Amino acid sequence: MTFETLLPYLMAAIFAMAFPLVTGYLVLVERKILADFQARLGPMRVGPHGLLQPIADALKLILKEDTVPKDADKFLFYLAPLLSVVTAFGSFAVIPISATLRIADLNIGLLLISALAAVGVFGIILGGWSSNSNYSLLGALRGAAQLISYEVALGLSLVTVVMLSGTLSMQGIVEAQFNQRIWFLFGNYGLMLLSFFIFLIAAVAEVNRAPFDLPEAESEIVAGYHTEYSGFRWALYMLAEYTNIFIICAVAATVFFGGWLRPFANIEWLAYPMDAIFPAALLFLSAWGCARMKLFPFTALLGISGLVFLIPAVATALSAPFWFFLKVSAVFYVLIWFRASWPRLRYDQLMDLGWKRLIPLALGALLANAIIGML
Amino acid sequence: MPEGYLPILFLLAIAIAFPVIALIVARLLRPSIPNPAKLEAYECGIEAEGSSRGRFTVRFYIVAILFVIFDVETIFLFPWAVRYKQLGWFGVAEVTLFLSILIAGYIWARKKGALDWV
Amino acid sequence: MTNHLETSEMLLNMGPQHPSTHGVLRLVLKLDGERVKAVECVIGYLHRGVEKIGENRTYMQFAPYVDRMDYISAVSNGLGYCLAVEQLIGAEAPPRAQIVRVLFAELNRIASHLLWLGTSALDLGAMTALFYTMREREEVLKIFENYCGARLTTHAFRIGGLQYELHDTFEAETRAFSEMFKKRLDEYEKLLTKNPIWVERLKGVGILTAEECKSYAVSGPMLRAAGVNWDLRKAQPYSGYEQFDFEIPVLHGADSYDRYRIRIEEMRQSLRIIDQALERIPSGAIMAKVPKVLKPAPGEVYVSIEAPKGELGYYIVSDGSLHPYRLRVRPPSFVNLASLEKMAVGALVADVVAIIGTIDIVLGEVDR
Repeated sequence: MTFETLLPYLMAAIFAMAFPLVTGYLVLVERKILADFQARLGPMRVGPHGLLQPIADALKLILKEDTVPKDADKFLFYLAPLLSVVTAFGSFAVIPISATLRIADLNIGLLLISALAAVGVFGIILGGWSSNSNYSLLGALRGAAQLISYEVALGLSLVTVVMLSGTLSMQGIVEAQFNQRIWFLFGNYGLMLLSFFIFLIAAVAEVNRAPFDLPEAESEIVAGYHTEYSGFRWALYMLAEYTNIFIICAVAATVFFGGWLRPFANIEWLAYPMDAIFPAALLFLSAWGCARMKLFPFTALLGISGLVFLIPAVATALSAPFWFFLKVSAVFYVLIWFRASWPRLRYDQLMDLGWKRLIPLALGALLANAIIGML
Repeated sequence: MPEGYLPILFLLAIAIAFPVIALIVARLLRPSIPNPAKLEAYECGIEAEGSSRGRFTVRFYIVAILFVIFDVETIFLFPWAVRYKQLGWFGVAEVTLFLSILIAGYIWARKKGALDWV
Repeated sequence: MTNHLETSEMLLNMGPQHPSTHGVLRLVLKLDGERVKAVECVIGYLHRGVEKIGENRTYMQFAPYVDRMDYISAVSNGLGYCLAVEQLIGAEAPPRAQIVRVLFAELNRIASHLLWLGTSALDLGAMTALFYTMREREEVLKIFENYCGARLTTHAFRIGGLQYELHDTFEAETRAFSEMFKKRLDEYEKLLTKNPIWVERLKGVGILTAEECKSYAVSGPMLRAAGVNWDLRKAQPYSGYEQFDFEIPVLHGADSYDRYRIRIEEMRQSLRIIDQALERIPSGAIMAKVPKVLKPAPGEVYVSIEAPKGELGYYIVSDGSLHPYRLRVRPPSFVNLASLEKMAVGALVADVVAIIGTIDIVLGEVDR
C-alpha cells in the first residue's frame, strides 16, 4: 500500500467525518451573507461573531426529542433521511479538489452524480409520504414533480459539456479545459454560456433553493416534506440538502469554471502571482480582522498561515484547492443572492418554466452546440 | 478499473455509518416523552381533517411518465456526446434525427395539454 | 386530459398555527392536487369580546382597548374612537390637536402598510423585503415612543384632543423620516415592482371586481385597486383632512398586484400629507373642554374613518349613563376577509397565501 493508493480512502474518511461540520458552517455562512443582504447581523451570540453557532445547533439537535407521528410508516420514515444523506455523500466521491486530491476518478463521473441525485429524490418522496401528514404529502409531491422535471434540463445542459470534453470523468473534464485553453463556460464561441444558464437554473431547482424552494415552502406548506421530522432526523435532511448544494456548486465549478485550474492556467509566468493570491488574501483578511473585529488569536493565526503559504512550494501545493473552493464559494454566493432577491415561484409556474421554457431551450442549446462545435 | 470504485464503497459505508451512529448516540442522550398530542401529525394545531393516504391527482403520473421519456433520452445522448468529436457530422445528423422525433413527441404532448398544470 | 381515475380530495387545515395566516386565522381547504375546490374560513381564536368590554367601561376607560383590535394601526383605531365619542358629546378637538392627529394617523398608515408589505412579501418567499420594511417601521415606532412612551398600542389620543404636547424633537424626527423614506420607497419598488416572479405571482391572482367589492362591502386599498375612487379622507373628511393636498391612488386591475401598487402609492401620498402637516401645525390648545365625567345625552352616532386597512367605523349608542349602551365596531379586516372565498376558490394553495396577504388582515381586528 503506497500513499497514492491510500489517499482516496483517507479523503473519503476525512470527508465523511468533516462534512457534517462543514455543512454546519455552510449554513452559518449562508445566514451571515443573507443577514448582510438584509441589513442585519445574523448569528452573533454563540462564539465571536456566531462562529460556534453550528456546533451549538448540532448539540441542540442531538439532544432534542425525536418524535415519530403515530400513523407514520415507521420503516420508510426511518429510511428516508438516511437515503438522502447517503446519496448526497456518494456524489462527493467523484468531485476532484485537485489533480490528486479526489476520492475516485471514474470514467462515468458525471453520470454517477446525476444517478445519485435521481435516487436522492426518493429521500424526499418517501419522507413526505411516510409521515402521513397532509403538509408533508404536498411537499413530497411537489418535490417529486419538481426534481424530475428539472433533472431533464440539467442532464441536457451537461451533455453539451461532455461534447466538448469527450469524457464523463470529472478529472478528464478539467484536463480537457486545460488542454483546450478555455473554461467550458466560454466554449463554442460563447454558446456554452447558454448551457451554463440552463444548468444554473436547473441546479437551483434540483437542490430546492429559492426561488424554487417549493417542496419546503414554509409560508405555504409549513415545512413541506420534513414537517414531521424533528431532532437529529431533521438534521440529516438539512445535512443532505446542504451537501447537495455543495455538490451542485462543485459540479458547476468543475465543468464550467475549470475546476481546480487557476485563471490563465496555460500562462506559465503567471503561476506564482496567481498562487500567491491565496496567502495574500489571508494576510489581507488578517489585517482587516485586526482592524475591525478584534479577534486577535484568530486573525493572528490567519496572518501567520498567510505568511507560511507565501513560500513558493506551499503556495503551489495549495493553489489548486484554493481556486476550486473559491469557485465553489462564488457559485454558492450566487445561490444565496438568488434567495435574498427573489420571491418563490408558484407551482404551475415552476412546471411551466421547466417543461415549456427550459427543456426546449436546453434541446435548442444542445443542437446549436452540436453544430457550432463541428465547425 | 473496478478497484476505482472501492473508495466510493468505502465512502458510502461511512456515509451510512455516520447517521446511524449519530442516531444511536442521539437516542441515548435525548429525552423521549411521547404523548398522544405530540404524536399527532402536524395540521396547524387542529386534528387532521382527512387522511393523507388518499389517491392524489393523476397529473403527477403524467409528469412521471414524461420524465422517464426525457431522462432516457438524455441517457442515450451521453454516449454520443462522449464520442462526439470522433463521430463528426454523421453523429450530429443522427442525433438531430433522434431529437426531432422526440421534439415531435414533445410538441404533441404540449398540444394535448399534458404540460399544462392544473 | 380527461381524468379517468377517481382521485380523492384532500382536506387541509391551514391555520390556526400556520406561518402565513397572519395570526390565528384558520382555513379549511378542500384540495384537488393543489387546486382549491372550497374554502371554509374559521375565525374567533383571538376573540376577546372587545365590544362587550366597551359596554362595561366608561367612555374614557375604553379608549386604550381599541388599540388592541388592529394593533398594527393602533393610532387609527384611537382616532376613530375619539372622533365618535367627541361627536356623541358634541366636542371638537382644537385645530392643533387635529393636525397632530393627522400626522400620527398618516405615520401609522405608513407603519401599517410597511408591515403589510414585509409580511406579504415574506409569504411569497421574498424574505429580504421584510427586513427592510421593519427597519423603516422602526423609525416610525421610535417617533411614537418618543411622543407617548409606547410603540405599538400607543393610546396616543384622548377624547377631546391630546394628552401630551408634542415632544421637542418631533418635527426634526418626522422630517428626517420623511426624507429618508422617500428614497427607501423607491428601493422597495426596485426590489419588487418589476421583479418578474413577483409580478407573475400577483398579477391576475385574487381578482375581485368593483361590483363584487361593493357587494361584499369591501373598503380600503382593495376597493381602490378595483377602480373605485372611495376614500373617506376625501369623501367625508374628518380631523381636517380637507386642508391637505393629496391624491387617492386608483387602479383598475382588481388583482393582488394592483393592491400592492395602491399601498405603495398610498405611502407616498401619506408622506405628502405629513410634509404639509409639518408646515402648518398651528399653535394653541391641544385639549378641548371635556367634562371629567362623560355622560353623553341619549342618542347614537356612527363615525367612520379611513384606517390603513379600510373603513373603520364606530357605532355607539348612549342611554345617558356612564357606559355605552351598545358599542359596535365595523372592522375593515373582518369585512374584507369575507371576500376570501370568492377569490380563493379555483386558485392554487400558493395563491391563497398571496390573497390572504393582499387582503391585509389583522386577526386582532377580525376577531375583536
